[in-house]
Amino acid sequence: MRLMDVKVIIDAVEKMCIQANIQLGMDVVKALKESIEKENSPIGREIMEKLLRNAEIAVEQDMPICQDTGMAVFFIEVGQEIQFTGGNLTEAINEGVRRGYREGYLRKSVVLDPLQRKNSGDNTPAIIHYDIVPGNQIKIIFAPKGFGSENMSAIKMLNPSDGEKGVLAFVEETVFKAGPNPCPPIVVGVGIGGTMEKAALLAKRALTREIGSSNENEYYQALEKKLLQKVNNLGIGPQGLGGNTTALAVHVEAFPTHIAGLPVAVNINCHAARHVEVTL
Amino acid sequence: MATRKIHTPLTEEEVRKLKAGDTVYLSGTIYTGRDAAHQRIIAALDRGEPLPFEIRNSVIYYVGPSPAKPGQVIGSAGPTTSGRMDDLTVPLLERGLRGMIGKGTRSQKVVEAMKKHCSVYFAAIGGAGALIANAITKAEGVAYEDLGPEAVTMLEVEDFPMIVVIDCEGTNLYETERKKYAKMDGDLLE
Repeated sequence: MRLMDVKVIIDAVEKMCIQANIQLGMDVVKALKESIEKENSPIGREIMEKLLRNAEIAVEQDMPICQDTGMAVFFIEVGQEIQFTGGNLTEAINEGVRRGYREGYLRKSVVLDPLQRKNSGDNTPAIIHYDIVPGNQIKIIFAPKGFGSENMSAIKMLNPSDGEKGVLAFVEETVFKAGPNPCPPIVVGVGIGGTMEKAALLAKRALTREIGSSNENEYYQALEKKLLQKVNNLGIGPQGLGGNTTALAVHVEAFPTHIAGLPVAVNINCHAARHVEVTL
Repeated sequence: MATRKIHTPLTEEEVRKLKAGDTVYLSGTIYTGRDAAHQRIIAALDRGEPLPFEIRNSVIYYVGPSPAKPGQVIGSAGPTTSGRMDDLTVPLLERGLRGMIGKGTRSQKVVEAMKKHCSVYFAAIGGAGALIANAITKAEGVAYEDLGPEAVTMLEVEDFPMIVVIDCEGTNLYETERKKYAKMDGDLLE
C-alpha cells in the first residue's frame, strides 16, 4: 500500500487549472497550423491566425485563452494500492480547483443550483469521474469545459438497425445545428454504445484525447475519418463564417451495448479543447 | 466587404452604412450584459424602473470576462453565445439599442426587430478573449455587481475588432458564407 498525502493532489490540481486555461495545447496549435494550410476561406484563415495570436497573448500576459474557463471536469484513475492520508480525495480536488481558479484569476462560472442560480463563487463543485485501476499511481486528467460548446451537444438512442449510417447522420445533424455557436473550429467527441450515461461519458472522454490521435481500433479509425470529412463538408468553417475547417478533429470511443440499443452521444468542444494530465 | 472605423454612440445613419461581411473597428463606450443582466434589465423595464445605462444608440457586448489581475484592465473578454439573449432582446431594440456584439445565430424575431428598428449584429471572435482584452482600455462596474462575471460593466474600447454578421437589412453572413463552402448531398436541412 502506498500512502499519499492529499496535499499533493491539491497542489497538482491547482497547477493544472491554471495551465490548462492559459496555455493552448501544443496539439491544438499543430492542428490549427495544419488547418490554415488547407483552409479555402480567407476569413477562415484569418480567424485561425488570430486564434494562434490569441494563444501567444494569453501566455505573454498570463491571461486565460478564453473568458469561459469552464466547469472543472476531471477523469481520475486511482490505483487501488494507494491509501490517501490527510483528508478526503474529492474534497482535495475541489480545494485544488478553488485555489487554481482564485490564484489564476480564472472565471467562476458555476451556480450552486441549476434553477436558483446563485454563483458558488469559487468554481466548485468539480465534476469528477473516478475509475479504480490496478497499481499504486493516480492519473488525473483535467478538461475545463466551456458551455458555448457544451450547450450544442446532444444524445440520441438510435435503433440497432440505424447502424453506422444513423451515427453519421446524427453527428452531422448535431454539428449542423450547432453552426457558429460553439466557436468553430470545434473538436467533436462521439461516444457510441453502453447505456445513455455511458455514451455521454465516452463522448466527453474522447475530448481528452490528443487532438488528431486515432482510435486504436481500425474500424473506428475509418469512422473518425468519415465523420471528419462529413462535418467539414458542412461549410460552417471557423466561427461559422464559411470554410472547410468546421472541426479540427472527430474522436470516437465505443463500448459494448445492449441487443436492443445503439446510444450515441455527441459532445462538442471549442477550438481550445483544453485538457491536461498528470500521473502521480 | 469594407473595413470601417466606427464610434459610439452609434447612430442610425452610421448603422445603415454597415453591411454584412464588413470588418469593423469600434471605439468608444460599450456595455456588457449577458443572461442574468438581461433578465434584470427586462424586469426593470416591466416595473418602469430606470435602466443601468441609456439604451438609445448604445452597443451591448455579450460577455462575462474573467477577473482582472492587479495591473490589468480586464481579464480575458471574448463573446458569449448571443442566442441565449434572443428572448430578452426585442424590448431593447424597441428602445433604440443600436448594436449587439456576440457570437452565433440570432432568432428570426430578433432579426425582424433589427430591421424594423435599425440595429446591427456584430461577431467578435469566440475564443479569442485575450486578444480582444487588449482593445479594452477601461472597465467600470455600473450595475448588478452581485452577479459577479454577469454584472453590467461599462467598457471603453479602442479599435475593438468585429465583423458585421447581420446588418439592418437582415442580410446574414452566417447563411451566405456557409453555402459557398458546403459540399453536402443536399438531404440535410436547407
